[in-house]
Amino acid sequence: MESSTMMKSFRMTLSDIGAIVRRNIMRFRRTPEIIVFSSIQPIMFLLLFNYVFGGAISAATPGAKYINFLLPGIMAQTALFSTLQTPIALIEDLDKGAIDRFRSLPMSRAAVLAGRTFADSMRMTFIVLIMLVFGTILGFRYQAGGGKLMAALGIVLLFGYAFSWLTATLGMFIRNSEAVQTAGFLFVFPLTFASSAFVPVDTMPNWLQVFSRNQPVTQLINSVRSLMLGGPTDQVWIIITWSLVIMAVFIPLAIWKFGKTV
Amino acid sequence: MDKKQTVIQVKNVKKYYGDVKALDGIDLRVDKGTIYGLLGPNGAGKTTLVRVLATLIEPDSGEVTVNGVDVKHHPTKIRRMIGLAGQFAAVDDFLTGRETLMMVARLYHVPKKEAKKRTDELLRRLSLSDAADRPAKTYSGGMRRRLDLGASLVGKPEVLFLDEPTTGLDPRTRQELWHLIRELVDEGRTLLLTTQYLEEADALCDYISIIDRGKVVKQGTTNELKSSLGRDVVEVKVEDKNQDETLKIMSSVAKCDTIVDDITKSISVRAAKGADMLVKIVTQLEKAGIKPKDLSVHRPSLDDVFLAVTGNKSTSSSKLNKRGEK
Ligand SMILES: Nc1ncnc2c1ncn2[C@@H]1O[C@H](COP(=O)(O)OP(=O)(O)OP(=O)(O)O)[C@@H](O)[C@H]1O
Ligand SMILES: [Mg+2]
Repeated sequence: MESSTMMKSFRMTLSDIGAIVRRNIMRFRRTPEIIVFSSIQPIMFLLLFNYVFGGAISAATPGAKYINFLLPGIMAQTALFSTLQTPIALIEDLDKGAIDRFRSLPMSRAAVLAGRTFADSMRMTFIVLIMLVFGTILGFRYQAGGGKLMAALGIVLLFGYAFSWLTATLGMFIRNSEAVQTAGFLFVFPLTFASSAFVPVDTMPNWLQVFSRNQPVTQLINSVRSLMLGGPTDQVWIIITWSLVIMAVFIPLAIWKFGKTV
Repeated sequence: MDKKQTVIQVKNVKKYYGDVKALDGIDLRVDKGTIYGLLGPNGAGKTTLVRVLATLIEPDSGEVTVNGVDVKHHPTKIRRMIGLAGQFAAVDDFLTGRETLMMVARLYHVPKKEAKKRTDELLRRLSLSDAADRPAKTYSGGMRRRLDLGASLVGKPEVLFLDEPTTGLDPRTRQELWHLIRELVDEGRTLLLTTQYLEEADALCDYISIIDRGKVVKQGTTNELKSSLGRDVVEVKVEDKNQDETLKIMSSVAKCDTIVDDITKSISVRAAKGADMLVKIVTQLEKAGIKPKDLSVHRPSLDDVFLAVTGNKSTSSSKLNKRGEK
């Protein structure tokens, strides 16, 4: 009895999430500008970094191709930057009354947030894959098998997905799309730039190295590099742990805050 | 008295936003199969009350029940019984009308086949069939409102909350929507709507609450409200230069407050016998050498009730003048 009602409500929640994901995907499909420009931005980063910094950095480490170093960093940066869209879309839905409508329906409230983050992670996947294609065009060469490539993609997307719950929470606390974008950059810029994304960490001053080596984005990028280019992959577990911890904190926090946000 | 069944019951509901008393002790009761009108100037608290009823916000205190179910304790049960069309049509621009209704049906957990049936039926009923497969961003304001209303009907709710359903619609579209609203109630639904249009409340509502600054200032059937004023309205319009003099004369003749309409500048007073009062006023005006531009006597309209009971000067279009003499 008890368990069958629970199964039923679980199935209903899944159906609710499905409906919201579908809606959010339609938004991307009917407003392709969103996808186009959020793809152009990381492509631009990839080209700029590769051609502007590539020379200087390759000169410092002769023999290595900078694109091999850069692409894993860009993949992580792309995933992280794309999570800044989550709170913006959420605030738009709050402002335009879509969320009022959802909240007046007998649906699961958590499904609104889950549907948002799932749909956004699909977009994230799409853009990260575009980066892989462009990286390959610019000369990136894989030195590991397909399984490891999938694992590399997997941890980037897992961490990005977890991070989107953090930005969603931030969005509901700030509740203004312009402000949340600026606030989001305050988070994401230090995390991506003070990491091993663009330059080796040992070129940084000591105090910064301490931060850089121990923050998840560096660990994520190092793991992705190892998986795609060969090397030690023991940090993969750290990233999985980080992702689970972020979700364990921010999923309940986001759902709680969602209940109070009007 | 006999068969009447209470559907919505609101008891001493309060909701404060800091110093703003959005709802300051509201009481009301809505019977099954009736249309209840909430009337009030901007900022009166209409939307806040609708949001409380629709489980979007919790009141600070007080009790709200729909069909005997408490809104605070069983919000999900309430959500299965209600439909909401908010003040600003919450329509997704990027979805077509059909997609919107199908999505909402799915969120009400209506089986797919039934959802399709209801969607087709609603699209037809709301005259949206032709535009059904166009994204809503191509819809006109009136079409968006109708689609929003449609979304609130997909779940076949017994109780409907419509927050200013006809604001911004042209007269014909408004009439069509009135027609639809009456049909919905004839089918046995109970409906609470807010409006700024007294004419609308007059045409649709069985029972009305006028609220102002979070409080109910007047409650009753349309007829009760009109006769509560009890007296005819005598309205006089004069040249601007004679305005002050006329005000004085009218308030001293009628021995009551005068009401000046900000826009038309017409001055009115209330009297038990409108025609007699008009004659008296005209006589006095003649003595003072003032020639009125326009004269009228009419039975009080809801507008008069509204203006008389909502003294909110900055928001209502007319203001109450205290007796001219000092
Ligand atoms: N979230 C909020 N935070 C602070 N104040 C609020 C909030 N919501 C409403 N208010 C205030 O509560 C009061 C009532 O607002 P409400 O929206 O209920 O009025 P209304 O009768 O619907 O007005 P209108 O006719 O303009 O729609 C207003 O003074 C408004 O500023
Ligand atoms: Mg309102």
